[in-house]
Amino acid sequence: MADWISLPVNWVFLVLALVIAFAGVKVVTSRNLIHAALSLVGVLASTAALFLLLSAEFVAWVLVLVYVGAVLVLFLFGIMITRAPMGREVSLDNERRGLAAITALATFALLAGTSWVAFGDVEIEGVGDPITTGDLADSLLGRYLIPFEIVSFVLLAALIGGIALARKDRSPAEEAERTDA
Amino acid sequence: MMPIWLALAKVLLAFVVGLGVVVLLVWFERKIVSDLQNRIGPNRAGPFGILQTVADGLKLFFKEQITPSRVERFVFELAPFLAVVPALMLFLVVPIARPIEITLDGAPYLLSFAALDINVGLLFALAMSSIAVYAIVLAGWSSGSKYPLIGGVRGSAQAISYEAAMGLSMVAVVMWVTTLPGVTDMGAMSVNEIVLRQQGTFFPDLLALSWIPQWNLIPQFPAFVIFMIAIFAETNRAPFDLVEAEQEIVAGFNTEYSGMRFAMFFLAEYLNMFTMSALAVSLFLGGWGGPFLDTIDGWAATALSFGYFLFKTGLVLFLFVWVRATLPRFRYDQLMQLGWKRLIPTALLWLILTTLVVSFREFGAPWA
Repeated sequence: MADWISLPVNWVFLVLALVIAFAGVKVVTSRNLIHAALSLVGVLASTAALFLLLSAEFVAWVLVLVYVGAVLVLFLFGIMITRAPMGREVSLDNERRGLAAITALATFALLAGTSWVAFGDVEIEGVGDPITTGDLADSLLGRYLIPFEIVSFVLLAALIGGIALARKDRSPAEEAERTDA
Repeated sequence: MMPIWLALAKVLLAFVVGLGVVVLLVWFERKIVSDLQNRIGPNRAGPFGILQTVADGLKLFFKEQITPSRVERFVFELAPFLAVVPALMLFLVVPIARPIEITLDGAPYLLSFAALDINVGLLFALAMSSIAVYAIVLAGWSSGSKYPLIGGVRGSAQAISYEAAMGLSMVAVVMWVTTLPGVTDMGAMSVNEIVLRQQGTFFPDLLALSWIPQWNLIPQFPAFVIFMIAIFAETNRAPFDLVEAEQEIVAGFNTEYSGMRFAMFFLAEYLNMFTMSALAVSLFLGGWGGPFLDTIDGWAATALSFGYFLFKTGLVLFLFVWVRATLPRFRYDQLMQLGWKRLIPTALLWLILTTLVVSFREFGAPWA
């Protein structure tokens, strides 16, 4: 336990973990949608920093590029073209708070349990050099090819589903009306 | 392992080069545009008006910063920084001169002139340019006013649309340089590595053609065109400058900003112009490479390569200014049409073509 304190890496980890926890709570308790989204940016950016701490440069910057740079910008964009909340909003809570809390706790238990079973109290010494993109590509398209393809299939399904939901097919009557006008 | 003072010195150098170029760039643009429009342009402050930017900067620095009463204070003050910081960070991965062998603590050390020479440099550059969108969208929202909000939403939509095309054109370049003949190791996402792999010539054996440099510009010309169009849109420059044009919804997201905060958005735009040009030079125009670099050595070669880098970046910047003085602004729907219906499909098509060529080069013909 004394060793734990002497390593600067652990201190950085502690600070990042606290930031993630605090910002995570802010995401769900904030009364302003934009502030909640910005707290989520904080969570994701700190997670990226955690990956950097583990020398996983590629994953860290992909996290910043995809989540911070694209997904959350789309969140903000979506919020602004639909509601554009300026100032305080009070109607963010709904009836399913209890269920949400149970789901969150169950997910946490699952992840924590898995990590505990997998690593227990194994101590990992140092993190070594960053893995090159080539190595990562090799393992992704070699050993982990099938999970990788399954994930991309799920994403494709979500994409098609999104288009199907957003697209409004006109009935023949409406179409005729359109051509008349 | 790089000592910490060296890392700090590199960052400081990148900072000085970036800001120094911006000061000159504003003057350069005003001078060129006035030449193209048959005007004189700034000519009072210093020789040829070269100190005009300093004068303007000082004026903005001492101006009152008005904070309207309905703004979201914290975000409103944060947004200008979100504009400047990614622009500066992006410049860190660009190598500005040829690496040099030096002796450090008695051991030979290859000093690279990219402040942040990481394996995933291009990914980092893309991540930084995507973070820059926050400045526009948050500045627009936090102003607590309708025009900036609409301007911010439009600006962020534009940035998202053209980022995809920019990333796709970069992917084609990365695949190309990773599988160049004679290259065995991988990992060409480092900007430094991409520049190194463009040194040399295409036909070293043919005397008549041996002067043609091995730049990605030639085999990857479509990617270069896509990249250039995308960076024009990403930096909100004409003909895509409707994010902040005076005629468009009262100048868009920065309407409520004044004084130094406004100046920071201005600074970020010019910084982005410079860093994106530097990135274009590194990806397509051979970076710091140029003739006679191999005939001299030591610091003289480094200085010469820095000169080449500045010269090429200057040419790309001239293109920025030239286009601004030439083309009228796009309408918003034209902008979206061009981005989604022309640029992204073209980029995808080019990516597929590059993939075919690259896999042919790597694995041979499928029928063989």
